[in-house]
Amino acid sequence: MGGEVNGTMLTAQIRKQRHGASSFALDVSIEVPAGITILFGGSGAGKSTLLDCIAGLTRPDEGRILLGGDVLYDSVRASHIPAPKRRIAYVFQTLALFPHLSAEENVAYGLRNLPEEQRRERVGEILTVFRVKKLRKQRPGEISGGEKQRIALARSLVTEPRVLLLDEPLTGLDAELKAAIVDDLRAWNAARGIPVLYVTHNRDEVDSLGERVIALDNGRVVSAGEPIEVLDAPRRKKLAQAAGFENLLHATVLDLREADGMMRVKLGESACEIEVPLGYAAVGSGVQVAVRAGDILLATERPRGLSARNVMEGRILSLEQRGTMVIARVDCGVTFVAHVTPGAVRALELTAGRRVWLVLKTHSCYLVD
Amino acid sequence: MEALWLSLKLAACVAAILLAIGMPVAYWLAYSTWRGKFLLESIVALPLVLPPTVLGFYALVAMGPRGPLGKLWIALFGHGLAFTFTGLILASVLYSFPFAVQPLIASFEGVDPRLLDASAVLGAGALRTFWRVILPLSLPGVVTAAVLSFAHTLGEFGVVLMVGGNLAGVTRTVSIDIYDHVQSLEYGAANRMALLLLVISFAVLSVVYAVNRRVWTPWAAK
Repeated sequence: MGGEVNGTMLTAQIRKQRHGASSFALDVSIEVPAGITILFGGSGAGKSTLLDCIAGLTRPDEGRILLGGDVLYDSVRASHIPAPKRRIAYVFQTLALFPHLSAEENVAYGLRNLPEEQRRERVGEILTVFRVKKLRKQRPGEISGGEKQRIALARSLVTEPRVLLLDEPLTGLDAELKAAIVDDLRAWNAARGIPVLYVTHNRDEVDSLGERVIALDNGRVVSAGEPIEVLDAPRRKKLAQAAGFENLLHATVLDLREADGMMRVKLGESACEIEVPLGYAAVGSGVQVAVRAGDILLATERPRGLSARNVMEGRILSLEQRGTMVIARVDCGVTFVAHVTPGAVRALELTAGRRVWLVLKTHSCYLVD
Repeated sequence: MEALWLSLKLAACVAAILLAIGMPVAYWLAYSTWRGKFLLESIVALPLVLPPTVLGFYALVAMGPRGPLGKLWIALFGHGLAFTFTGLILASVLYSFPFAVQPLIASFEGVDPRLLDASAVLGAGALRTFWRVILPLSLPGVVTAAVLSFAHTLGEFGVVLMVGGNLAGVTRTVSIDIYDHVQSLEYGAANRMALLLLVISFAVLSVVYAVNRRVWTPWAAK
């Protein structure tokens, strides 16, 4: 162990049963190359269990975990390297800073094998990199959220780990602060190139961070690849919800038009019919259609001469301003959620009760399981 | 006064011994996932419900010249255990065991498990995690355990009478002394001793409650 680990790949094929349950709570096979990989999924998807297995805090029921050529866990060979010997850093969602130790002592915790002088040097360096040096004598109880997150990162990274696991480490921070911390993290890893597995259920974080995404749902990998492939075309309902598809509608297939690559569906119990991309479904069967609120256009007159195939008439139920965005709920027999700008609300004089037309491209509709 | 010093000496010895053996037992009871754990938990709690005379009786039998412990002691040191100060310490340790172990278990269990995980992924083994994380964060529990076992030993009567008898300077503790005074109708002397014990017990309990109110824990969240 030790030495140069640049470009090392982390692979995990593991199964772990939920306590007392007969089905596997976690059954995944993932590859994490150098750089940041996002682990994405709703709560209960198994993200934290997977990280715990990789870190060695939980023992899987079967499978293998490899880091480069090193076997961290192998159920066949009955090998399990305990957590303290894995050199895998793990920043917990709760951060888990030691409340009785100062920031400096927290960061020095993993460096006990170094001589005193070297240890102080390394701690000083990393506190400078993460811009929290002035807090070194303070206890976690006296430090603000964002700074605690920096100290937790520093504590993990100062040990020169071979893998970095981050479990929603930046929740609750505003976007600017988040971006600044992520930049510091990227800069740190530029020279090292270790695999970083970053758990989040926040779509914005995926877009700003992600080189690769692994989407987890109900303990299974449902999708892996570039963020745009994985999250813009979700194949599962839960993932669609998590990835920000505000509209999830139950629909019945009316007819299939294979030549056009589309099918007509009826939404819910309403008379509302739309065109969606062709999926594996029989006429008369039920499907789930996911639509982003941001992909819906709103018009105050029936639009003409559009390439978009779906135009639905409806009435505004409510308008709700959320930051720089207005959430419009529109009743077209089923309720749609659409996002518009405050400027558009003023220009079109949108109010609750007003008659509007919703415009929706066929390929903005996604079929999910 | 000889009785008071003897009681304080006994209580201090017992508290020290109980901390030393109570910690590993409490650690195991707090963190083990063994399904039969409840059996050990019941044994640890037994002295809470048993009459002291029952405990004292079995301790006396075990320590007597024909008991297993007594035989061993005679073979090792050439004298018996019953009616000696050492015998008294042994019996008191048994009797006050839950008073040390239960606060320790409660405070060990109160430590956020993620802190233990954090310690492990930072390279610390179980022993280092115990010394650097669990113990410092359980300090109120440790103080409570020490103080309660001290106070409980100070006030015991039944076990001492059974195992130690009533030998001045060897096994005559305060509570026995008070009993003696009352038996011989010396109410004044009994009152002085009783009052002293009352004051000491109150002071000791105040320490426990102050600690548990986190009056002195510097890292308590702001």
